[in-house]
Amino acid sequence: MRIAVFATCLVGTVMPRAATATVRLLERLGHTVDLPAGQACCGQMHVNTGYGPEAMGVIRNHVRAFAPVLDGRWDAIVAPSGSCVASARHQQADVARRHGDGPLAHTAEQVAARTYELSELLVDVLGVTDVGAWFPHTVTYHPTCHSMRLLRVGDRPGLLLGAVEGLELRELGEAEQCCGFGGTFALKNAETSAAMVADKADEIVATGAEVVTAGDWSCLLNIAGALDRRRTGVRAAHLAEILASTRDEPWQGAAL
Amino acid sequence: MSTYLGMPTVRPHPDTPPAAPLRWGPSFPQAARQTLRDEQLRANLRTATRTIRDKRRRVTAELGDWEQLRDAGAAIKADVMSRLPELLIELEANVTARGGVVHWARDAAEANAIVTGIVRAAGAREVVKVKSMATQEIGLNDALAAVGVDAVETDLAERIVQLAGDMPSHILVPAIHRNRAEIQEIFAHRMGDAPPGLSDEPRALAMAARAHLRARFLRAEVAISGANLAIAETGTVAVVESEGNGRMCLTLPRVLVTAMGIEKVLPTFADLEVFLQLLPRSSTGERMNPYTSMWTGVTPGDGPSEFHLVLLDNGRTRALADELGRQALHCIRCSACLNVCPVYEHTGGHAYGSVYPGPIGAILTPQLLGLGDEGGPFGAHDPTGSLPFASTLCGACYEACPVKIDIPSALIHLRERALHPDGGHPPTATDLAMGAAARVLASGRLLRLAGRAAALVGRVTGGRPIHRLPWPGSLWTRVRDVPGLPRRSLSAWWRDRGSR
Amino acid sequence: MTDPTAREEMLARIRAALGARPPAATAVPRDYQRVGSLGRGSAEVLDLLADRLEDYRATVVRVAGPDGVPAAVGALLAEVGSVVAPEGVPDAWLGAITADVRRDEPALTHAELDAVPAVLTGCRVAVAETGTVVLDGSAGQGRRALTLVPDRHVVVVLADQVVHAVPDAVAVLAAHPERPLTWISGPSATSDIELVRVEGVHGPRDLRVVIVGRTSS
Repeated sequence: MRIAVFATCLVGTVMPRAATATVRLLERLGHTVDLPAGQACCGQMHVNTGYGPEAMGVIRNHVRAFAPVLDGRWDAIVAPSGSCVASARHQQADVARRHGDGPLAHTAEQVAARTYELSELLVDVLGVTDVGAWFPHTVTYHPTCHSMRLLRVGDRPGLLLGAVEGLELRELGEAEQCCGFGGTFALKNAETSAAMVADKADEIVATGAEVVTAGDWSCLLNIAGALDRRRTGVRAAHLAEILASTRDEPWQGAAL
Repeated sequence: MSTYLGMPTVRPHPDTPPAAPLRWGPSFPQAARQTLRDEQLRANLRTATRTIRDKRRRVTAELGDWEQLRDAGAAIKADVMSRLPELLIELEANVTARGGVVHWARDAAEANAIVTGIVRAAGAREVVKVKSMATQEIGLNDALAAVGVDAVETDLAERIVQLAGDMPSHILVPAIHRNRAEIQEIFAHRMGDAPPGLSDEPRALAMAARAHLRARFLRAEVAISGANLAIAETGTVAVVESEGNGRMCLTLPRVLVTAMGIEKVLPTFADLEVFLQLLPRSSTGERMNPYTSMWTGVTPGDGPSEFHLVLLDNGRTRALADELGRQALHCIRCSACLNVCPVYEHTGGHAYGSVYPGPIGAILTPQLLGLGDEGGPFGAHDPTGSLPFASTLCGACYEACPVKIDIPSALIHLRERALHPDGGHPPTATDLAMGAAARVLASGRLLRLAGRAAALVGRVTGGRPIHRLPWPGSLWTRVRDVPGLPRRSLSAWWRDRGSR
Repeated sequence: MTDPTAREEMLARIRAALGARPPAATAVPRDYQRVGSLGRGSAEVLDLLADRLEDYRATVVRVAGPDGVPAAVGALLAEVGSVVAPEGVPDAWLGAITADVRRDEPALTHAELDAVPAVLTGCRVAVAETGTVVLDGSAGQGRRALTLVPDRHVVVVLADQVVHAVPDAVAVLAAHPERPLTWISGPSATSDIELVRVEGVHGPRDLRVVIVGRTSS
């Protein structure tokens, strides 16, 4: 398949390793991968913060960048982020319609219908759960809220992780509790967010896992930041990074 | 605990008496800063919310048709909103036909005037009250006190809150912020007739409340209640409860006054089959609550001989005008959303500065007060305007709501209303920053430049985690590091790789 | 007392709020179970009712048929000095009662009622799935205060009154929606203090249910 990667604004600027892992993983599975140059952001941060009108330009750019999928340039679009895919799928068209741009809403819906979160793409579209990865670590998985509740990815990440050679999965307590990130919530309600991520970090430490993983670097940034501050030694890796890791090219964490 | 006997050790929560039931205290983040420091509160909330949430999960899983019931509940509520005028007129006609009197109140002041008028006409100096959000919302107890009438809350938790001088912090269990030792103290100091040597065992405390209230039930001339629902087709009103204080109030006094939000009306008697399943299971996590009372006007020889139903607007029509926000009026006050909300679990109800706390409060209160309307509150730092921002949008509330209120979408919509008020306002620093960010995020080229700038910082910092940032980054780095920035940007990686 | 313009203004506000775009009137999907799967009065439904009542800490006594009622009622009221039985309670039920049987004629005052330790009634319908007994004030059930003030409530439930689910009960009650209805599921209870359940607050602290099977001698 020809697959376009939507890196997302956060991964694209501060955590590119999730995007490069996604590219390497898909190529290893035999697909042709593209990283469309016009892409930037889905608009979620602005919309969720109450800047819907301001988000219109962002959404317009996103739809323009990925609209070639409708002409067959790619077979699918994938993003290493549950919340950005959820924004494309459940939010962009609504916002466009509310702000009076019906044609944009229509195209956004069409593009979103071909946009997948990584675990969805692998399991549902490519039909693969064993991607041939090797990751000799104990790992715990945090199901991010938007992957779980908006996309309903369910046990897909678990199936993928379960097939990784050498990986030992540790169950996370109170897994479904939000980590407290919430985009600008982490700044606007800094104390509450801090209390929430402290609980999440406690639960992660209690698993004894070496690595915490999730399908979204935004939540992981929050979780990893709290774990690092406490010097817990637990490291964070995006699901894509684990699945991209092999004996030949093992995961190296922060190195790019 | 007895070491404090005789000392005025009970301090009210919150410590400053609220100015208005729907709007008190500072903005949510400021209020939360205080409540988060209360370790006792945090521990109480954690245990309590987890207990109810597990019970709810068990009893909702027990019904094979739970999702179908939720769909029906949501559809009935949407139908009610679309036909509200005719349903209220029908309800009025049927209550009146059965000997009840229906009153219409545009706002809190009007509702309070109606109720105090009825109480004074009955010549009562003391009234017994059933727990009711509507009467909390209008500040009825204060209005009654102003005319010399003592309103006695009879729900155990409401009585605790009343004796302590607190505000409620939860819709279902308003004293959730108090533990047994505190309640023992409150009773010992404030009840007046607490038994000597009262222990802090929940059973002993409940029995003390029983004894304390029993004489008041038996002598009461007037009772005041809210309503969980009312049936237009028959004029039947219902109160769902557990302790029997509701039955006492609804049955023994000569005069009954019920205050009800206009959105509580349901079309048909058959709709009870939906809501009597959704409400108890979502609320207390029981298959059925111990007592539900239903009455239709006045029944000679059984219960009150005089019944008044006060239909309350108080901002509801304002909420109804918002196409997306109006679903907040579907709420049946079960409080399931509070119990699953990670923000509520950490901050408690008082941080919301309204008698309606939690996720539902965060969408209901701002609408009742006309957030973003001409002349209404606006902005993210306003006490009311800050409420829609008091959420991570994790979606746990939507998942738990028995009538499927899409609280996250309503929150986002209200954030927009808060920041884009009718009539406009001068841009804040955040507005300007978000405007600038929008321009970068609308351009692949500008974002690539940002990525290269980040990589430059990454090379300077050697890819090490960042421990401190200037404001507003300091809000992040107070408790978290910023994981090390990449030393090479994504676009550089992709470009180099392509020419490989 | 009420400003007549308030009514008109509120209705006008509602109409204005719904204005151009009222919520779309959609048919209500009623795909949930509108009829319980267990038959009314069946052995299964009676077992379920007993189980659910006990789960909510009511005392349950099963008797095979109407003949067993007097002895069961007598035993459940053995140590009380008096019991109030409203008009319509069959005389047969009172056969084995040693307590002084009070009638509500003329109506007992609240204080008099407060001095009676127990009440004996029938019911209109019972819901097995939720362990609920519903009174509607018709014969044998009395006015609401009777089943509220005394501390012990003994209620006799006949097999044919037991339905499976809530919708079944609502259908029965719909015949007389105007009657005062009291749905009772276990003794009164509170969980207001640290969510610890305490049974018995203001309503009867002691609920005793006689479930009567269909066997006749």
